[in-house]
Amino acid sequence: MNEITKELLGLVSDLFGAPDGAYNIREDGQCAGRQSTEHIQINSKTDKPGIDIIVQPETKGETVYIPACVTHSDVNDLVYNDFYIGDDADVTVVAGCGVHTDGEEESQHNGIHRFFLGKNARVKYIEKHIGVGEGTGKRVINPRTYVDIAEGGYLEMDTTQIKGVDSTNRVTRGVLGKDAKLVVKEKIMTHGDQTAETNFEVDLNGEGSGVDLISRSVARDHSEQVFRSKINGNTSCSGHSECDAIIMDEGVVSAIPELTANHVDAALIHEAAIGKIAGEQIIKLMTLGLTEEEAEAKIIEGFLK
Amino acid sequence: MLELKHVSLSVDDGKEILKNIDLTIGDGKFVVITGPNGGGKSTLAKTVAGILSPAQGSLFFDGKDITNCTITERANLGIGYAFQQPVRFKGITVRDMIRLAAGGELPESQLCTYLCDVGLCAKDYIDRELNASLSGGEIKRIEIAMSLARKSKLTIFDEPEAGIDLWSFQNLIDVFRKLRREIQGSILIISHQERILEIADEIVVLADGQITAQGPKEEILPKLLKGESCTFCPRQEEFCHE
Repeated sequence: MNEITKELLGLVSDLFGAPDGAYNIREDGQCAGRQSTEHIQINSKTDKPGIDIIVQPETKGETVYIPACVTHSDVNDLVYNDFYIGDDADVTVVAGCGVHTDGEEESQHNGIHRFFLGKNARVKYIEKHIGVGEGTGKRVINPRTYVDIAEGGYLEMDTTQIKGVDSTNRVTRGVLGKDAKLVVKEKIMTHGDQTAETNFEVDLNGEGSGVDLISRSVARDHSEQVFRSKINGNTSCSGHSECDAIIMDEGVVSAIPELTANHVDAALIHEAAIGKIAGEQIIKLMTLGLTEEEAEAKIIEGFLK
Repeated sequence: MLELKHVSLSVDDGKEILKNIDLTIGDGKFVVITGPNGGGKSTLAKTVAGILSPAQGSLFFDGKDITNCTITERANLGIGYAFQQPVRFKGITVRDMIRLAAGGELPESQLCTYLCDVGLCAKDYIDRELNASLSGGEIKRIEIAMSLARKSKLTIFDEPEAGIDLWSFQNLIDVFRKLRREIQGSILIISHQERILEIADEIVVLADGQITAQGPKEEILPKLLKGESCTFCPRQEEFCHE
């Protein structure tokens, strides 16, 4: 494991050295360390790059770390990771990705993650993206996430991208069975000329299923963001999507919802609010002794917390 | 402590909101500004806090000319301001705001005391966000708790009684008493409430942008209560003819 990987691991998964429990650390397209546990097996795929993570039924309270790091320019990493979560398991998956460029060439990480949740399985999926390094090469991260949740299952995905990623195109697809729930909390901040595009598409196929997509974002400088959420309510179900964005400088944010109710008992809601920081919020914090810049930073810190 | 000299302020369409205001608030005084709606009370408060700038005149705080000081500079000099309609923030908790008001870390017990003083159970509120989930009354009480934590030499409250739901008026009065006793600062309150007027040292009546009466409570309050407030109104003839 090289020094840059160590630094990136700290940034994306709060890891300093190898973790306890199951993990797989990916460095520039190679495996830099792996450990399985009694209940969680991690195996290399034989037909393409990537791993299978198999969580035994009823595994409780374990955390799997699968960070991926790109440590220099001119790397184009593509990985397929499949998670099979057994019935009644309750685990946390930490899957950060850090891209470091040192030269003029672009580096990118394309992570394709598929989750198959058994009955009543619960997963908390934490994903943090960051770009660092002095190079001028673009840092690109394109995550694809596919989630299939069986009866009574629950997956919560917390995804954060706060700085340094020049271009990102996120696609998240969900298919939910009876009483299954999917919660996605996305936080994005873009700077400079960065672009970030998010596409959610969820099929609520099982009776009583529900999805909640919440996006909080800040677009600064000349950056641009697009938030697309497509929810198909195919039975008695509930769906909610929310895009809440702060624009600053010349930032641009588009929110494009598409709700389709194919059943009379499908209850679908979309909310979007895009605007600059309210002047009275800055004034309030200034009356508490903060400068205008400090007030702005505090408001954004809270908004993206 | 605070002195306004010939302060005038107009809005964009040229209408004068404050007309040549002269006002002095002494050290440790409890002053209530009252008067009809639209008379310029909130404008006066915002001018003291630095949110609005006067077109003419000067403001002095502890002898220092603060006319050109920013909101932040005035806050750091010791002017506190509790909003009539408190601002909501997504993601910032009650704990964060009270700490910001206090200007640093606070022991948990102290945080709880401030909330308790405004009739809120600390454990139910301390980690809540100051967002739309709080009622108008709750957020108003948190605003007052922030003033307690801020401990400013001069604290301005803009209609503190507005929206105070399910919480007795007496508690609000106790908060002002406590603020006065513990900080020994001056308090400037904008209010229509008789019970707040009753605990004032001085009452200032502001109508149509001008001070129409000013003096010790003992002198002003009886006139106000007798319904003679009309005598302070510069447009009384106009109204009396209607």
